[in-house]
Amino acid sequence: MSERTANGMDIDYVAQLARIGLTPAERAKFQGQLEAILGAMRKLDELELEGIEPTAHAMPVHNVWREDRAREWDVKDAALRNAPARMQDSIQVPKIVDTSG
Amino acid sequence: MEYLTTIGLEVHVQLRTASKMFCSCPHRYGAPPNSQTCPVCLGYPGVLPVPNRQAIEWTMLTGLMLGCRIARYSKFDRKSYFYPDMPKNYQISQYDLPLCEGGYVEVDLENGDTKKVGITRIHLEEDVAKSTHHSTTSAIDFNRAGTPLMEIVTEPDIAGPEEAYAFLTSLKQILTFGGVSDCNMEQGNIRCDANISIRPVGQDGLGVKTEIKNMNTFSGAQRALAYEVERQKEILNSGGRIEQETRRWDDVSGTTELMRSKEDAHDYRYFPDPDLMPMVVDEAWISRLTAEMPELPRTRKARFERQYGISPYDAGVLTADPELALFYEAAAAGSADAKAAANLVSNLLLHALAEAGMEIGSSPVRPEHITSLVNLVAEGTISSQIAKDVFAVVFETGRGPEEIVRERGLVQVQDTDQIRTWVRSVIEENPGPAADFRAGREKAIGRLVGAVMKASRGKANPQLVNEVLREELTRGGV
Amino acid sequence: MRDVSTAIRGGELSCREAVEALLERIERFDGRINAYLDTTAEAALARADAMDRGARGEGRLWGVPIGIKDVIAVEGAPCRCGSRMLDRFLSPYDGTVVRKLKDAGSIPMGRLNMDEFAMGSTNENSGFGPVCNPWDPAYVSGGSSGGSAAAVASGMAYGALGSDTGGSIRQPASLCGVVGLKPTYGRVSRFGLVAYASSLDQIGPITRDVTDAALLFDVICGHDPQDATSLQRQTPATSAGLEGGVKGMRIGLPREYFAAGLDPEVEAAVRRGVETLQGLGAEVEEVSLPHTEYAVATYYILATAEASANLARFDGVRYGHRCSEPEDVTDLYFRSRAEGFGSEVKRRIILGTYVLSSGYYDAYYLRAQKARTLIRRDFEKAFERVDLLAAAVSPTPAYALGACVDDPLQMYLGDILTVPMNLAGNCGISVPCGLTAGGLPIGLQLMGPPFAEAELLRAARAFEAETPWHRKQPDMAVLEQRSAEGA
Ligand SMILES: [Zn+2]
Repeated sequence: MSERTANGMDIDYVAQLARIGLTPAERAKFQGQLEAILGAMRKLDELELEGIEPTAHAMPVHNVWREDRAREWDVKDAALRNAPARMQDSIQVPKIVDTSG
Repeated sequence: MEYLTTIGLEVHVQLRTASKMFCSCPHRYGAPPNSQTCPVCLGYPGVLPVPNRQAIEWTMLTGLMLGCRIARYSKFDRKSYFYPDMPKNYQISQYDLPLCEGGYVEVDLENGDTKKVGITRIHLEEDVAKSTHHSTTSAIDFNRAGTPLMEIVTEPDIAGPEEAYAFLTSLKQILTFGGVSDCNMEQGNIRCDANISIRPVGQDGLGVKTEIKNMNTFSGAQRALAYEVERQKEILNSGGRIEQETRRWDDVSGTTELMRSKEDAHDYRYFPDPDLMPMVVDEAWISRLTAEMPELPRTRKARFERQYGISPYDAGVLTADPELALFYEAAAAGSADAKAAANLVSNLLLHALAEAGMEIGSSPVRPEHITSLVNLVAEGTISSQIAKDVFAVVFETGRGPEEIVRERGLVQVQDTDQIRTWVRSVIEENPGPAADFRAGREKAIGRLVGAVMKASRGKANPQLVNEVLREELTRGGV
Repeated sequence: MRDVSTAIRGGELSCREAVEALLERIERFDGRINAYLDTTAEAALARADAMDRGARGEGRLWGVPIGIKDVIAVEGAPCRCGSRMLDRFLSPYDGTVVRKLKDAGSIPMGRLNMDEFAMGSTNENSGFGPVCNPWDPAYVSGGSSGGSAAAVASGMAYGALGSDTGGSIRQPASLCGVVGLKPTYGRVSRFGLVAYASSLDQIGPITRDVTDAALLFDVICGHDPQDATSLQRQTPATSAGLEGGVKGMRIGLPREYFAAGLDPEVEAAVRRGVETLQGLGAEVEEVSLPHTEYAVATYYILATAEASANLARFDGVRYGHRCSEPEDVTDLYFRSRAEGFGSEVKRRIILGTYVLSSGYYDAYYLRAQKARTLIRRDFEKAFERVDLLAAAVSPTPAYALGACVDDPLQMYLGDILTVPMNLAGNCGISVPCGLTAGGLPIGLQLMGPPFAEAELLRAARAFEAETPWHRKQPDMAVLEQRSAEGA
């Protein structure tokens, strides 16, 4: 079943979160590769980061917004043409069993 | 065993903005499927969100109305989970720095006490799409996706289903007064989830809680919570254990059912949305919003009682709806008797509107009609009995009361001689009640007054009728 | 690009002829290069004809076809981002840069091959086959904007747009011997750029020379209300002061960028390039960017985290690939994404999901955000002393095709010279500065602080004017011959 790499990754759990199906071969290959990559990422453990502010944006800008004005941009037809499956004017998926929200 | 119930609510409120939260699409309820969408709210490749300033401001305003602290620094985060009604499979929400924190809602309890239910936080996010389920498939309509959604989270301060209902009612009133949401339940403008636990009286720590979802009306919420209290009691009483889980309320069957257990809890992977810049709120902005803040329902109710001398009940009725409160204030403004105006509005008008299935906004009776009706009675031009008839005509025709009174000759009869004529014939025709009165049974005069009013076809001044009756009855007795 | 523009202006060339000339070259050479996923010939010719019929416009790029990386949305065109995931997908809107190109009279043309969702530095991660280097088709073009760079290098595009998240414009430009500009974060609108890592992505030009790069940048830059990260501040057109030279300009050589691992031929070419600038009057001094060694780890944590959310929308529900006969919604997600995404994309999504997941956020993501602060500060300090920095773009010339496919970590480490700038939000450019003994191009990277595009382009132009490299072109006749032999 699920197994953790040296760096603590439970690849099945993460692939589950990311909704990516992995073949056994892929899973085996990724396991080793990700282990190596995570090891390299732990390089950041060398840094003393106490009191350093995290950077989330490349530029320090704030309060960017738009005024509340409605504008119709009807892309319904184009959107429905792109949909893999549709039902009249809605997008169709297999029946949803509600486990979320 | 006796149990105490603890409930915390998460209330989702759609804001009544003209456009969506992060794109310019309108979000009118009931539009044809997917007609109010754009690449942004469909989660198309390459699009970017730009926040709606009005939605941010209305969330702050709500915070101020609920006595919250407004964050000086706030940001949007991505909350990741896969669901077909989520166009991007992440929802733009707020995690650790919501726009508002703290605050409370005052709730009137059944025993007449007032209780403060604490507000933990208010944050802003985007609504998801709507799916319709068929036998083997579901159909998704993205019109609702991206509607600005305010999430109001309470402290676990609510002691039972009735209190939850009262809280929701008070909250709705405040939001409607603030003009931030239409709070129309049928249209899903206001929806709530609950965390609920029970514990035996005397136990200190809270019991294991369950989360209840899918409560779409306030009464539904009350029923769902009542059901859940009973379900938990039964488990505990039979020696069982409550599982921490999420349950869905089914309004049709009136039961809750398991949606997911604790093991399936989500790992939402919140992180700051790199597409959206942080929000910095200064004192000036908060001051301006505070100045613009509308009077809260409770404050207004207290003022109505004080200023217009009306009963707490009438004040409550008149402040339940901001439009109604405005209507009443306009009507009371020129009225000689504000209390009489309150009666006309809260009894006659609301009743008539309800019968006609109308809202105050579309009332054919205007505030100035109420004013003139009140004044016609106060001046003695018509009796309050006649006023009711005139009201009915105004409601039907939308014409002014003076005009109706004049046209139909409804002016009250003040002429004592005319009244005395009616009084004498009534005494003659009703020897029984007359004798009773003379024998000291004060109440008997009521029937005689009624008879005189009837004889005058309601036009006699009741005060004069009363006086003349007493004169005539006593005189006869001498 | 400018010759075509001049020829069209002078009436010597029609817009249709400009498009047809490219189509002809693509027909001849692209079988060997694989730069174009789609030429969008029909739409380009239709637009060209309409323009030929109408009055000549004033736009700076009137009639000039510009190649578009497959990651930028053009209305009515495919936008597959080099991925099978977006098969049959047509964009219903124009990205802001495309609108600006059209406003300037340009003809957006073609969908240029790329590493899938811009993840990669060799273009071998494309879902539609790798792009070969026009200088030697046995070598990679670089990535992720490999199609854009190879198309320009081989004369199959007059100019092109690419995108740069961790070097994806500069590196393939360097490997293909063309000019690639990565603007300051926020100077070019990202609206219409399919996001890889939103806080790092930036669109920029890939051109034959610096003057064209300046012209194309001037056309596409500017504030966009549809992008909340787009910057308000405006600066004068970079084209105006392009010939101003580098006299007195202070250029820093970051010590850490000349460390072990730098290919000797690359280092020699770059150092010669710096000497050229010095000879032109620039003052050169060594500077230090002490946190450079943490940049790759920082970058791959932040970029994959953002990517894991950005790519969640590719789920087979609203557009793109959907697996056949899904049992339920969960099955639909798992299989559609398993079938649609290639290995590198899956790897990065898994990595990004992991660093954000419960219990690991602080250890990876938050630490990386803080390390980003340190890397930014390094640059801020350096730019207090110097105007620009100079270094190599890629530690090595182009790899042979297939050399690095199964060692993603090795590949990531090769991004060391380009990712720090994306983390800091700075601007940078790659200009050709030499050829290896084997005849593969080498690029010189110049880097500037935010909003320094004008200085950057001015220095690059001064260098270019003094050196022959930008005039060197791959021998397409040899390529064609090889192509014929191969067929
Ligand atoms: Zn929209």
